[in-house]
Amino acid sequence: MKPNPHTVKEQLLSALPKKSARKRAEQIVVNERRPDGSVPEIKANVRTTPGAITQRGCTYAGCKGVVIGPTRDILSITHGPIGCGFYSWLTRRNQTRPEGPDDANYIPYCLSTDMQDEQIVFGGEKKLRAAIEEAYELFHPKAIAIFSTCPVGLIGDDVHAVARDMKEKLGINVFGFSCEGYKGVSQSAGHHIANNQLFRHVVGTNETPRPEKFKINLLGEYNIGGDAFVIEDLLERCGITLVSTFSGNSTYDAFANSHMADLNTVMCHRSINYVAEMMEKKFGIPWIKVNFVGAEGTAKSLRHIAQYFNDAELTERVEKVISDEMTDVLKTQFAVRSRCEGKTAMLFVGGSRAHHYQMLFAEMGMKTVAAGYEFAHRDDYEGRRVLPSIKVDADSRNIEQLEVLPDETRYMPRRGPDELVQLEAAGMDVAAYQGMMPEMEDGALVIDDIYHFETERLLEIYKPDIFCAGIKEKYAVQKAGIPCKQLHSYDYGGPYAGFRGAINFYNEIDRMVNTKIWQYVQAPWETEEELEVEELAS
Amino acid sequence: MLLRHTTADVMERTALTINPAKTCQPIGALYAALGVHNCLPHSHGSQGCCSYHRSTLTRHYKEPVMAGTSSFTEGSAVFGGQANLLQAITNMFAMYNPDIIAIHTTCLSETIGDDIVQIIAKAREEGKVPPGKHLIHANTPSYIGSHVTGFSSMVKGLVTYLAENSGRKRNQINIIPGWVEPADMRELRRLSRAMGINPNIFPDTSDVMDAPQTGRHEFYPRGGAPIEEIRHAGDSRATLALGPTASEAAALALEEKCEVRAETLELPIGLVATDRFINALRHRSGIRVPGFITDERGRLVDMIADMHQYFYRKRVALFGDPDQLVSLTEFLVTLDMRPVYIVTGTPGKRFETRIREALGDAVPEAQIRQGAQADMFLLHQMIKKEGVDLLIGNTYGKYIARDDDIPFVRFGFPVIDRVGHSYFPTVAYTGGMRLAEKILSVIMDRQDRNAPEESFELTM
Repeated sequence: MKPNPHTVKEQLLSALPKKSARKRAEQIVVNERRPDGSVPEIKANVRTTPGAITQRGCTYAGCKGVVIGPTRDILSITHGPIGCGFYSWLTRRNQTRPEGPDDANYIPYCLSTDMQDEQIVFGGEKKLRAAIEEAYELFHPKAIAIFSTCPVGLIGDDVHAVARDMKEKLGINVFGFSCEGYKGVSQSAGHHIANNQLFRHVVGTNETPRPEKFKINLLGEYNIGGDAFVIEDLLERCGITLVSTFSGNSTYDAFANSHMADLNTVMCHRSINYVAEMMEKKFGIPWIKVNFVGAEGTAKSLRHIAQYFNDAELTERVEKVISDEMTDVLKTQFAVRSRCEGKTAMLFVGGSRAHHYQMLFAEMGMKTVAAGYEFAHRDDYEGRRVLPSIKVDADSRNIEQLEVLPDETRYMPRRGPDELVQLEAAGMDVAAYQGMMPEMEDGALVIDDIYHFETERLLEIYKPDIFCAGIKEKYAVQKAGIPCKQLHSYDYGGPYAGFRGAINFYNEIDRMVNTKIWQYVQAPWETEEELEVEELAS
Repeated sequence: MLLRHTTADVMERTALTINPAKTCQPIGALYAALGVHNCLPHSHGSQGCCSYHRSTLTRHYKEPVMAGTSSFTEGSAVFGGQANLLQAITNMFAMYNPDIIAIHTTCLSETIGDDIVQIIAKAREEGKVPPGKHLIHANTPSYIGSHVTGFSSMVKGLVTYLAENSGRKRNQINIIPGWVEPADMRELRRLSRAMGINPNIFPDTSDVMDAPQTGRHEFYPRGGAPIEEIRHAGDSRATLALGPTASEAAALALEEKCEVRAETLELPIGLVATDRFINALRHRSGIRVPGFITDERGRLVDMIADMHQYFYRKRVALFGDPDQLVSLTEFLVTLDMRPVYIVTGTPGKRFETRIREALGDAVPEAQIRQGAQADMFLLHQMIKKEGVDLLIGNTYGKYIARDDDIPFVRFGFPVIDRVGHSYFPTVAYTGGMRLAEKILSVIMDRQDRNAPEESFELTM
C-alpha cells in the first residue's frame, strides 16, 4: 500500500523535542502543484539543529572543495590546521586534463600552513606569508588562492591583507577567501564566497578577444567523473565554443577571459548563480538555466543554446548531434525499462543533483517518491520566482553580497530586452530556474537537509528500490538491504552527463536495482525450521 | 605525470606543508569512540569537521560511521558553543538513544575556549542526560598533534571518565590495541584468549566497523567495548598498551587512577614484535604457548625463508603513523629489506630512537623524518634523488608510485581506493603472513612485467 505522506511526516517528526519538531515541520513538505504553477513553501538554507546527524558540510568545503578546487592551475593554500586541507585533497573526483606535459596541474597537491598552537596564540599571518613565498618558489604559479579555516577568523588573521602584499611582492595574482567553516549554515555560504572572489579578482582580467561565433561559458559543472569532458565534446561537435567552465577542467586564464562569452549557461544553480548574475550586471551577458543530466535535458539544453544564437547552420549541427546520440540512448532505455520500470527512487543530495537526476530516473521509467537537497535555498525547490519573498536571516546576512554595476567600458548587452522576452516565450529559462518541486509529483515528500533519523524511517516505510545520497549515508542504507547510489562521487563511476553519461547511468542503476546480492542476505538455515533430533542422527 | 611539479631538489621549508603524512586530531577521537558499544561520537565544532571525518572513515571502512556535530554558526563562534552542545545532547538522546556520547573538540571550539567539563556538568544539572547515560570528552584541538594523538586522547578519556577501582581485582588483562583495524582487534582477542588471558580490549571496533550484512542497519552494531567492561578496566590485573603513541597515555592514566600496572609494547606487527607480544601474554598467564600458535609462527618463518631471495636488500620507502612505522621497519629488517626513508607527520618524542632501535645496525643510511614539513612531498623528493624498490603507505602513495613506477603496498590510514583490507589482520603471525605476501606480490608482479620475453619465467 502506498504510504500516506502526511502520516509519514508526523512519524518523521515524532522523535524530536516539541520546539524543534515545530521548526522542523517547515522543512518537510508534501508536494502539491497548484493551478497557478506554485508549490507549497519549504523552509531551506536554515541552521541544522545540533546533534541531528546531517549530511551537510561547511563553508570551507563549499568554497575550496567545490568551486575553486577543480581549477588545475590556481595554487590553493589552506590556511589552518592540517585537517581541512587533508580532507579536501583529491576527494571530490574533479578530473582535469592539462593540455601538455609542461602545463601546470596542482590538483594532486595539498598545500597547508599546518597551523600550530603557536599561531593560534600569536597569530598566523607570518607563517602564511612564509608559506606563500615557499609555494611560489617551488611552483611558480600564475595565481595563488588562500582559504581560511575556522581559527583564522577567530584569531584575526587578515588573509586579504597578506594576499595584497604578496600580490605586489610576487607579481602574480594572489587572493584570499574568508570561508571559515562556521560561516553560514552549510556549504552554500562557501559557494557564494567563492563566487564573489572569483568575480572580484579573476573574471574579466584577460582581454584577449575571442573571434569565434558561438561563445558560451558553462557554470556549475565540476567535472566529477569526467562529466565536463562529455559536455565539452558535445559542444565542440555542435560548433559551440566553450570559453570557460566554472570550474570543471578549468584554468585561471579561461576564468579571466570568460567575459568574452556571449551566453552563460548554468548547470548547478545553487553553487554558481551569483557569478551568472554578476556577469550579467557587469558585462551584459545573459544567462540561461541548462541541464546536461539526462538525455532529454541534454537535448533541450543544446537546442536552447542554438535558439539563443539563432543560426540555421548551428541549429542543424545541434540536431544532427542529438539524433546521432539518441539512437544508442533509446536502445539502452528500452533495454533497461523492462527491468526497471515502476521501481521507486529517493534522492537526498546536493543543491541541484536531487533535481537533475530525477530526469534520468524518469527516462528509465522509475519514479521519485521523495527528494530533498542538502544545502539548497528555497529558489532551488520552488523556483526563482519566490526570490523576493525569501527572508534574509542573520546567517545569510553574514555573507557578503557584492554590489555590481555595469562596467563603464565593457558593458555590452548581448541581447535586447525584447529578444530576451522572445526567448522566454520560446520556453527558455532566461535568468530563471523553475526549481525542483514543480517537476515532482503531487504527494511526493520533499525534505530539506534530511536528518539520519528521518532517512532510516523513510527506508522502513517506503522501502524504495534505490536511495541516492552521499558517502556518509551509503553504507547505512545498504545495510538495510537497499542499494545506495552516491550522487556526489558517483561511486567512482560515471560520467553521467550528456547522452553517453545517460547510458552509463541507465546501466548502472539497472545493475544496482537488479543485483542478486540482497537475496543472499539470509543464510539458508535462518529461514528453515529447527532440525529434529532424528534428522540429526541420520 | 600527476605530481609533475615535484623535483629532486629539496628546498628547505619552514612554513608550508605539502601533501601531509598526517591529518588532524578529531578524526582519531571519532574512530576511538566507535570502538565503544552503544556510543555516539560527537564533534563539537563546525559541521564540516564531522562531515569530513565521517566521510574519510567511511571511505576507508566502507561501513556506516554515525556521529553528531554541534553545527557551529558565526553566532556560536562569537558567543561560545555551550548552547549548541546542550541542544545537541538533548537531540541525540531523543533521536538516537545512545548509552554514551563521546564528545571531542575541534580547532574552533578550542580556540574560543569552550569548557567541555563545565558544559557536561551543566547538561547534567539541567536534566539533559537520562539516568544511566554517560557523557565523556577529549580535548582534540586540530592545531596540536595529529589524528594519532587524537585517538590516544579519546582512549585516555575512556579511562579517566569510566574506569573505576572497586577494590576487587578481576582476573583479566586490559589490552589497549592502538589504532588498528577491526580485524586486528579480533585477532588480538583470539590470541590472548588462546594464551589463557581473559582480555578486556578497548576500544574495540570489531563487529562495529566490519559488521555483517543482515538486511537491517543496526545504528549501534553488536561490537564495541561495553561501558561496563571499560569501568572494570580499573579492576584488571594489568594493562598491555600496544603502540606507545596511540595507547600509552591511557595505560598510564589507568595506572595512576586505579593502580593497574601498565606495560607498553610496540604494535605486534611482524615476526619479532609478535614474539614479544606472545611472550608478554605468557608472562601474564603463566601458560605454555599452545602448539597452534607456535605453528602459526612457524608458517610465517617458513614463508619468509621461501620468499627471502626476492626481499633481500630491497630498498623501501614508508610513510604513515609512528607505531605502525616502528613495527613495520622492524619487520622489513627481519625480511632483510632496507627501509631507507621513513616519514611521519605525527609529532612526538622518541620516534627516531624507536626507529633506530628497530633498524639496529641494518640500514645505517636510513633517513628518518618527523613532524613539521615531514610530508609526502619531501618523501617523494628523497625518492626522486635516489629511488626505492618498494613504497608502503596509505592510498595517497599511489600518485608517487605511479609517477615513479614503484611497486606499492597499501598500508595504514586511510586506504580509500581498495575494498576489503580492514577485514584481514596485519597484526600477529597471520598478519605478518598477509603483509609478506602482499609485499612479495607487488615485487614479483613488477618482475614479471619488466622481464624481457626470453627471461619471462614460469616458475618463480
